Amino acid sequence: MDYAANLAMTLPEVVLGLGAIALMLVAAWGGPASTKAVSWTAVAVLAGACVALVGPASSGGQAFYGLYRADSFAAFSKVLIYVAAAVAIVMAPDFFRRTAGDNLRPEYPVLILLSAAGMGMMVSAADLLTLYVGLELQSLAAYVLASFMRQDQRSAEAGLKYFVLGALASGILLYGISLVYGFTGSTLFDEIAGAYAAAPLTGDAKSTGLLFGLVFVFAGIAFKISAVPFHMWTPDVYEGAPTPVTAFFASAPKVAAIGLGVRVAVEAMGPAEGQWRQIVIFAALASILLGAVAAIGQQNIKRLLAYSSINNVGFALIGLAAGTQEGVASVLTYMAIYIAMTLGSFLVVLQMRDADGQPIETIASLAGLSRTRPGLAAALAIFMFSLAGIPPLFGFYAKFAVFYAAVQAGLFPLAVVGVVFSVIGAYYYLRLVKTMYFDEPAGTFGEGDRLEGGLIAAAAVIVSPLGYLVIPALSAWTLAAAASLF
Amino acid sequence: MSGGVGLIHYLVVAALLFTMGVLGIFLNRKNIIVILMAIELILLAVNINLVAFSAALNDLVGQVFAMFVLTVAAGEAAIGLAILVIFFRGRGSISVDDPSRMKG
Repeated sequence: MDYAANLAMTLPEVVLGLGAIALMLVAAWGGPASTKAVSWTAVAVLAGACVALVGPASSGGQAFYGLYRADSFAAFSKVLIYVAAAVAIVMAPDFFRRTAGDNLRPEYPVLILLSAAGMGMMVSAADLLTLYVGLELQSLAAYVLASFMRQDQRSAEAGLKYFVLGALASGILLYGISLVYGFTGSTLFDEIAGAYAAAPLTGDAKSTGLLFGLVFVFAGIAFKISAVPFHMWTPDVYEGAPTPVTAFFASAPKVAAIGLGVRVAVEAMGPAEGQWRQIVIFAALASILLGAVAAIGQQNIKRLLAYSSINNVGFALIGLAAGTQEGVASVLTYMAIYIAMTLGSFLVVLQMRDADGQPIETIASLAGLSRTRPGLAAALAIFMFSLAGIPPLFGFYAKFAVFYAAVQAGLFPLAVVGVVFSVIGAYYYLRLVKTMYFDEPAGTFGEGDRLEGGLIAAAAVIVSPLGYLVIPALSAWTLAAAASLF
Repeated sequence: MSGGVGLIHYLVVAALLFTMGVLGIFLNRKNIIVILMAIELILLAVNINLVAFSAALNDLVGQVFAMFVLTVAAGEAAIGLAILVIFFRGRGSISVDDPSRMKG
């Protein structure tokens, strides 16, 4: 295979990388005045990367001697990632314009593009080296984004906490990678799978090394998707980071890390399913339970949504625990619907600001929102009911898909316990709705941006019962994407 | 391998360094710079592992991987120190004990 064919398969990453470099030069020469132009060009670059997915980039197979895989699983994840990244860029200017202190600088869209390129590599990784480089590209850009408001102490603290725990996670993952490499003799996923299939995984020194490697790799990935017991950084980082950045963290990197986890679990360590399934089941149930219980006492809406994201990752992991093609398809379905719900919720959080335009983050300030801003209250109620998985809304279908896959795979206890825990989670989502609809108004929010209003409406329509119309297309696409892994 | 230094010795040293690095992050009660040093220690432990395995397997991939880890670690340290500078400017201290602005 010649070099051009290889490059054609990695076209989305090439587009994003070159776009980011070109825009960085524009930003360096243009200064803060170029922010708007750079932002919209960055959105166009993301759209271009989406278009570049058509053709060999979504169906080409192996590129660069097996280091990189261009299949429909990667393509599906990349579409979600690029959409979330574009929304994160679009929602930023209004937030920074109204907030006192720091202004938006053109580095913001450039960092998002670099992060998106890294996430594309993560979901396309077919080798531990590609996995590591993609993960670090995503993480390094994200550390800077978290501390983007340089004058805000909470933002700096969020950046520092994210950096320290993210670097620790990378270290744990790398240690696992070094053990996997040493005991399988390769970093290619296919050859690792062969080595796991050949080893009995009981008793001798080699299988102990293989198992330790597997555990460390999964611990590192659990850190990145903020699954319990490696979730402790999430609430602080989500609260401290600027809201558009938090929206980005809660959406795109989650999809990328889940996609990476699925790929590693199924492609590299598929033969060791019995071993990683225990880890995934524990992380799934612990995440659902802790995400639900710890959210109950929260006063800050961003912290609440952080626990909500921990809770949701748990549900996605139930699909992975099934380990079947339907299970993987249900994970993709879950993430697609989760992205719409989460971005919608954070767009509503962006509308929470006082008359001077300063952001408010307390849940108490939402009291009586149904009387002052009925449209906004209805949208947030839709997102909350959907996140809770209450039937007419689309979030119910996401949960249904993962539980159905778990039951199909014979994991009845897991499905039953998961459903019971999800009832606990419904409590705090409903408490938010109660605050908006039944409490006395606490004051009005300032007027919102029309573009953001449109995005909220679009997200609300997607997660409303109208979303069920796309199920045939969505399930066909996710099943095809999952099939490329088996 | 008898008498000389074998693969197992390298693995033990790397495991010790890794454990010291992780403990350095969690037990450290003084200074954030020490945390950055602990992170470097973890990455170096990984590099020892990779190079030792590479030599034992007679396979170059491990050494290439170690080069990537070194490079990325340099970038990571640069970003970590930059964030630390912003943090210090806002607060005038880089002590771990300094109370957090966020609770919950």
